[in-house]
Amino acid sequence: MSKQPAAVVGIGQTHHRAKREDVSMAGLCREAIDRALVDADMTFDDIDAVVVGKAPDLFEGVMMPELFLAEAIGAVGKPLLRVHTAGSVGGSTAIVAASLVQSGVHKRVLSVAFEKQSESNAMWALSVPVPFIMPVHAGAGGYFAPHVRSYIRRSGAPSNIGAIVAAKDRQNALKNPYAHLKNPGTTVESVLASQMLWDPIRYDETCPSSDGACALVIADADTAASIDSPAWIHATAMRSEPTTASERDQVNPRAGRDAAAQLWKQAGITDPRREIDCAEIYVPFSWFEPMWLENLGFAEEGSGWRLSEAGVTALGGDLPVNMSGGVLSSNPIGASGMLRFAEAALQVRGRAGEHQVDGARRALGHAYGGGSQFFAMWVVGAEPPPG
Amino acid sequence: MSRTLSQPVTVAFDYTRSTGPVLGNFFSCLRDRVIVGGRTSSGAVLVPPLEYDPVTHQATTDFVPVGPGGVLTSWTWVPEPVLGQPFDRPFAWALVTFDGADAPMLLALDADYGSIRTGMRVSVRWADERTGAITDIACVEAEVEVREAPRPRSQSTPVTGIVTPVSLDYLYAASPEESAFFSALAQGRIIGQRCPVCHHVYVPPRGACPVDGVPTMDAVELAHTGTVTTFCIVNVPFLGQKIAPPYVAAYVLLDGADIAIQHLVQGIAADEVRMGMRVEAVWRPREEWGTTIENIAHFRPTGEPDADYETYRRHL
Repeated sequence: MSKQPAAVVGIGQTHHRAKREDVSMAGLCREAIDRALVDADMTFDDIDAVVVGKAPDLFEGVMMPELFLAEAIGAVGKPLLRVHTAGSVGGSTAIVAASLVQSGVHKRVLSVAFEKQSESNAMWALSVPVPFIMPVHAGAGGYFAPHVRSYIRRSGAPSNIGAIVAAKDRQNALKNPYAHLKNPGTTVESVLASQMLWDPIRYDETCPSSDGACALVIADADTAASIDSPAWIHATAMRSEPTTASERDQVNPRAGRDAAAQLWKQAGITDPRREIDCAEIYVPFSWFEPMWLENLGFAEEGSGWRLSEAGVTALGGDLPVNMSGGVLSSNPIGASGMLRFAEAALQVRGRAGEHQVDGARRALGHAYGGGSQFFAMWVVGAEPPPG
Repeated sequence: MSRTLSQPVTVAFDYTRSTGPVLGNFFSCLRDRVIVGGRTSSGAVLVPPLEYDPVTHQATTDFVPVGPGGVLTSWTWVPEPVLGQPFDRPFAWALVTFDGADAPMLLALDADYGSIRTGMRVSVRWADERTGAITDIACVEAEVEVREAPRPRSQSTPVTGIVTPVSLDYLYAASPEESAFFSALAQGRIIGQRCPVCHHVYVPPRGACPVDGVPTMDAVELAHTGTVTTFCIVNVPFLGQKIAPPYVAAYVLLDGADIAIQHLVQGIAADEVRMGMRVEAVWRPREEWGTTIENIAHFRPTGEPDADYETYRRHL
């Protein structure tokens, strides 16, 4: 039996902030869910199943969100699944929800992902010393900075590419009412002048720490046909690989390349650079824009930075990337992947407001997590998938 | 000596929870020695209140004072309390249905084993100092008299947040292969293992090749020199940091190994560290050695010409 068509019919997110001390985790999730249900013109009674994703447990000290959030996220009496793939979890959660519809098991599935970084300290959680091992670890920035250096060496990219990306994403965030960082004065020069945190990564080239949530309602073809401008799911892909292995390529990981290849094939896309109208890519450190452009097949290996440098990825460019302001502007880690998927859906629905890409018909949503070892991505379109 | 090495580890953090309005009200009332439940759409009063109704999905707004007396619904005896439990002497975990509530909540019961009967009357013993947290209820105990009715709320600032300390104690156990590696370090040697399929040498050895999935049993002694493949300069301080910034965290590809290890590079200004730089291990004085890679204090430049890019390109 072939896959059933599925579409995003409801999108909701919170206004992402450094601290949301006025709400609990349940309340944060409900802000996003309630907006998604209103958008879908549904109530909880219309939902068949719920899928929840969140950041790694130590990040906020919550081990079983599916247990303590069951009634808050409307799962009482319904199937409830929890997805767990580090930073990519928001994307994986949406894909699991989509698969429940595509398989014909359910008709309307609610997915929600969240994180309250203000309740914890992710930098600490990522750097807990391991006995007998040299304690040089320094959070996500410390993990990824050497691989950014490797990218710069391998590609010969000019040293200001990261700043170009950061300035672009921060300017895009000014057009997104939900974005966390609103720094109108951010320019390439101001980014280059910011403090070097994890050389070669500067302060303004890093993501913030945010509280936020995102929710998507994913539904079958009959439901989607009854609403205005659904975002049809054309392809989904997930891949994983070990954290460390001899000669493992952390600049251009195989799991990401394989997932992208499967994604484009499933979507019937042979030239993503021409056939994708805009892309929302998981870029927590600015240099990951050119790295993932190559990993995803938008550019030849070693040349992704040329797209960033030439303004191709700017909002008015030929292939806009991170129209929402991206992870660089809002980073509730557990929700960050789903926010990428949601932005892609907003774009093809024509509902992205000031950061709308004119005529966006097909868009990519992308997330990665762990030590660049989990990848999740989807292609959504304004038209139902062919076939 | 045991085949595997282990070491106790404590992972502890004080999480700062935002309560939201419903649980915030529950905690605010506890501070005033009042227990409130929340009435659900079905009419049942649950303690603590649910943030959202399981049927209507609306936020709970109907708060009902309950207790401080109630009925022991069920219980289990704790003969040997562990750290962090309400008492350091034997006690019972009890399900208590407070007067006015329709379902029990879990609390500690301070009583002699022989005196406990399911169905007995119990009442709250309040903590002397209350902060607006669940620990404001010290425990329940056998009811000796009818307690006073709940008091009206005081006018102090509502509770919006609580601190929930989490502390996890466990014994970290290294694998047999890692243990051999760490034990060799205690003798001033660095050993890896070669995969019989791809012939790549892993350091530390890991028991199975992550690519081929076969055991790696062929031990290989490695040089104390190597090449910096890539690195970052850590300038940022953070909670729990063991090394004072700035420091150079580098991937060092030891000669003879096929995977780099992470270590410190010193003996050169941070901004002069280069990809391809040749380095050697600087060992601490032998009397300070243990079964740890920290026996190597850091790596320092050997002064040799930088390694050719081709020799480490595949490790970037």
